[in-house]
Amino acid sequence: MPWPDETAAGRANSLDRGDEPIVLLRDVHKSFGALEVIKGISLDVWRSEVVCIIGPSGSGKSTLIRCINGLSPIQRGSIKVAGREVNDPKLDKLALRRNVGIVFQQYNLFPHKTAIENVMMAPLKVLREPRAEVEKRARALIAKVKLTGKEDSYPGQLSGGQQQRVAIARSLAMRPEVMLFDEVTAALDPETVKEVLLTIKELAADGMTCILVTHEMGFAREVADRIYFTEGGVIVESGPPAEFFSNAKDPRTRQFLSQVL
Amino acid sequence: MTPLAFRLDPTLGAGWRLSGLLDWRHGLALVLAFAASLAVALAQSAPPVPRPSALATLVIWLPFIIRGFLLNLAMSLLAMILATVLGIGLGLMQISPLAPIRLPARFVTRLLRNSPWLVILFVVMYVLPVEVRLGGGARVPLPDWLKATFAFALPVMGNISEILRGAVNSIPSGQWDSAEGLAFTRLQTLRWIILPQCVRRAIPPWMNWYALLTLSTPMASIFSVHEAVSNAQAGMEAAGARPDLLLPFYLFLLVLFFAYIYPIAVWTRSLERKYAVA
Repeated sequence: MPWPDETAAGRANSLDRGDEPIVLLRDVHKSFGALEVIKGISLDVWRSEVVCIIGPSGSGKSTLIRCINGLSPIQRGSIKVAGREVNDPKLDKLALRRNVGIVFQQYNLFPHKTAIENVMMAPLKVLREPRAEVEKRARALIAKVKLTGKEDSYPGQLSGGQQQRVAIARSLAMRPEVMLFDEVTAALDPETVKEVLLTIKELAADGMTCILVTHEMGFAREVADRIYFTEGGVIVESGPPAEFFSNAKDPRTRQFLSQVL
Repeated sequence: MTPLAFRLDPTLGAGWRLSGLLDWRHGLALVLAFAASLAVALAQSAPPVPRPSALATLVIWLPFIIRGFLLNLAMSLLAMILATVLGIGLGLMQISPLAPIRLPARFVTRLLRNSPWLVILFVVMYVLPVEVRLGGGARVPLPDWLKATFAFALPVMGNISEILRGAVNSIPSGQWDSAEGLAFTRLQTLRWIILPQCVRRAIPPWMNWYALLTLSTPMASIFSVHEAVSNAQAGMEAAGARPDLLLPFYLFLLVLFFAYIYPIAVWTRSLERKYAVA
């Protein structure tokens, strides 16, 4: 079934929407029962921007990123992605998710499918695109994440870093406009962290809009256009990395940085 | 008094004397004939040749019992197919997000899992009709073996429903997350991602239930379904209901079921080990 916004014209339209941020959060509140984990967060992400969200554990970073593609519903506020109101009950969540890729800390590859099948599955089953075309794109993506030769390996036969790169390729196969990365290197061995970060760096260099939750400060400093520091469910401070890392204003930010740097 | 006191009139002359003598011999003959008839009757009631041993009797009835066992197998296979199809349906209803679907399915599953198989068998045998009338007026008979097959499918269906629910719940939630993130619908996620992973986890318990199902099919003998046990009993009956037949006949039944089930059990265990490692 073709979705209006998925046609070439629709895509071009959303590209031309002009001066609105591609991801726009306004006063977002999110609770789990009585526990409020996000207490009014607003942020803007512009097309081709790379934004890193950092902060201590339990500050609601991962929850925030899951709200952006509607995996977690929010109680109050507004999230707009490429002009779609995520909090709208009438929202076509599937259309939203075709536009927003997400990569998780635990990779979550489909263990019963090979690497290339993992990449091909969503375009085949969800977008119902022709197999030949999907396979061509999947091979290109596998090459892009530098896993040529591993197409027919099962996730269990791959290292954590390789699995995570397959997971990135799998998300990219849906041709999203925005990529969300939820602590994607946190579960990896130190020696494989670098290859995953390199993949993300190349993606960012290609102009992909990226929102990352990360603990890799060096990477954030190098790649991010803007850094948001969250604590206790609010954004304490934000700014370009150079300013953020060397000249943090808020004492909470400075305390956090002194612990992790 | 002479022993021939019944010669009432000895004065009748020589002619009568002979006849009197014949009368006496006639009486003796009657006695002998009775004795002979008793002997013949006795001889006819006993086997003309030495009776066959219990083992020989078993060999005579072997094809009959094996034919019955084939019905056990047919019933077990048919019941398993039915139980699998219905059980998967019931299991999928059990994991539905909609309470009006989920709750009845959960109730039925628990009911079927926690009822004695024999009671289910009795209920089904008495509730199901002898024949089913189709729309066109055609009548499809429901033989007892078919009804019993359906009865055996029910408890296994409940257990397969539970196996499916357990297997789906054992899949890490990250699989649902990433499928959702890739814009899969719930049904697509189940069909392409969750259920294929469940198959491996579900096969060993599924085979286990098949073995139990097969072992319970002799219960159908209560309703004179001509399966192995019922045929063996008929054979023993026909061979004179001798107590010395009981052991060989029932031992043979044990061997028959064991020979079929044991390889399945061994295979199940090896699959369990294999999947536990993988």
